Amino acid sequence: MERTLNFDLVRRFPRGPVVSARGAWPLDGERVTVLFGPSGSGKTTVLRALAGLDRPDEGRIVFEGETWFDAGRGIHVPPQRRHVGLLFQDYALFPHLSVRANVGYGLHSVPKAERDGRIDELAGRFGIADLLGRKPGELSGGQRQRVALARAIAPGPRLLLLDEPLSALDGPTRESLRGELRELLVRTGVPAVVVTHDRLEALALGDRMAVLVGGSIRQVGPVPQVFTNPVDAEVARAVGTENVLPAKVTRSEMGLLVLEAGGAEILAVDPGSAGDEVYACIRAEDVVLESLERHGSSARNRLEGTVVSRQEEGALVRVRVACGPTLVVLVTRESADRMGLAPGLRVVAVVKAPGVRVVAR
Amino acid sequence: MDTGALLLSVELATLTTLLLVGLGLPLAWWLANTRWKGRFLVEAVVALPLVLPPTVLGFYLLVGLGPRSPAGRAFEAVVGHPFPFSFAGLLLASVLYSAPFAVQPFVGALAGVDRRLLEASHALGVSRLGTFFRVALPLAWPGVLAGTVLAFAHTLGEFGVVLMVGGNIPGRTRTLSVAIFDHVEALEYAAAHRTAALLLGVSFVVLALVHALRRGSLPAWNGR
Repeated sequence: MERTLNFDLVRRFPRGPVVSARGAWPLDGERVTVLFGPSGSGKTTVLRALAGLDRPDEGRIVFEGETWFDAGRGIHVPPQRRHVGLLFQDYALFPHLSVRANVGYGLHSVPKAERDGRIDELAGRFGIADLLGRKPGELSGGQRQRVALARAIAPGPRLLLLDEPLSALDGPTRESLRGELRELLVRTGVPAVVVTHDRLEALALGDRMAVLVGGSIRQVGPVPQVFTNPVDAEVARAVGTENVLPAKVTRSEMGLLVLEAGGAEILAVDPGSAGDEVYACIRAEDVVLESLERHGSSARNRLEGTVVSRQEEGALVRVRVACGPTLVVLVTRESADRMGLAPGLRVVAVVKAPGVRVVAR
Repeated sequence: MDTGALLLSVELATLTTLLLVGLGLPLAWWLANTRWKGRFLVEAVVALPLVLPPTVLGFYLLVGLGPRSPAGRAFEAVVGHPFPFSFAGLLLASVLYSAPFAVQPFVGALAGVDRRLLEASHALGVSRLGTFFRVALPLAWPGVLAGTVLAFAHTLGEFGVVLMVGGNIPGRTRTLSVAIFDHVEALEYAAAHRTAALLLGVSFVVLALVHALRRGSLPAWNGR
């Protein structure tokens, strides 16, 4: 049997956007696929169509050779018969039922003794054995997530669908649960599709990443590869390559391109056949800031400029430097403090040529 | 005390309420979930008795279900006697006239149930009907109970439709409110007082209960 998920669907919203997404990937091996995109890009629409909660206007969905949806043939398998485990953004636990009844909800056709055994087994696996008698209202965010996941796993789904699984949690809890969720997902052994707009979530949870921009899937590939090799400028912007600079190729020397962007000269590795008008994509993490005195590294791009703004982001500081183009740079707070980074300070932004991705425009 | 009228009123209110729960809940569930653009028409029809004088409803029922109309003959064929001045006719009129008092709270309560809970239930393999009984109804039950109680109370005190459709036949169509009317007509104020005070008391208790339900001061449904 063909173990793949294959979909090609169109969903039109009245007076709204059109989501037209096509994707296909194997279900063996790398199990967790992240459906990544900015809000409004159609991620949840795709997820709901896969779950059968929403009926696309056109197209088809084939899971393991079984047609779940085919607009042309009028096929729409209802969610009850898709055997999909669904995890909602806010978990959607049944508030009137105990944790035990929530986890056992999908096991209604299983005899009681067997059902209780299965609930206890899952409760042990998900670390919620002590919570079985409680109501969802008495649980913390992290506990709710584990209960919701146990509930989704209980009937033995063939596919897990998770909608922004960490967004309902507060910052610190989210940090600590990212790794835990990945662990739980891998241990279930069920292929999963995780919708998220959070880069860190995508990196932490996914094996494979599908990037949705403007309602269509632009790129599918291993997570790190998509991050470092976005296929086009929109994907680059979506995956958070903060610096997407319009640039002109001035000349090519020894496999390197010399670009002109915002009055500055930038060296980049030639990807081949990019044309003259390009985007130079530089991730904020890949820019190093130096004070004016220091120099003498192997980096080829040294752009002198002035700090325009400084914004704290947890352990990191996001700095904007006007050096011809305005570059967004992420540095640790410690380095920022040591250098005394503040608006008005003259610095040098250093980027290695391989850190500049050239994308045709 | 008009024991006969009291019993008849309670019987009519009970049967009307049962019918409204049985018919109103599915209708409300449909209204709460349908994406059909014309649903407002159905909602308007259900709400009509709120603004129409009972005489208008009674009049059209008499005309529409009179012994000479096809619907009236069908009624007679099913129930065994003509529609006007019968208990069955009274029951039908009451169901129609009290419908908004049951259906509107039902719709409000059912529409207030988070759709994602219903979808979660579907994804867990539970049918639409199963989802209604296991998720929607338990979560909407304060509103459903409020609607049920309101429909009962409203039918108990119904006057205009009863007089139009049922007339004033002791033991058959003479309800409490009609009895009060009779007493006042006959200047029997003491008897009218007793009956009126009973209705006033019952109505107050019922409304207090409904408002307590709305404020959620009653315990939640404990499903298993």
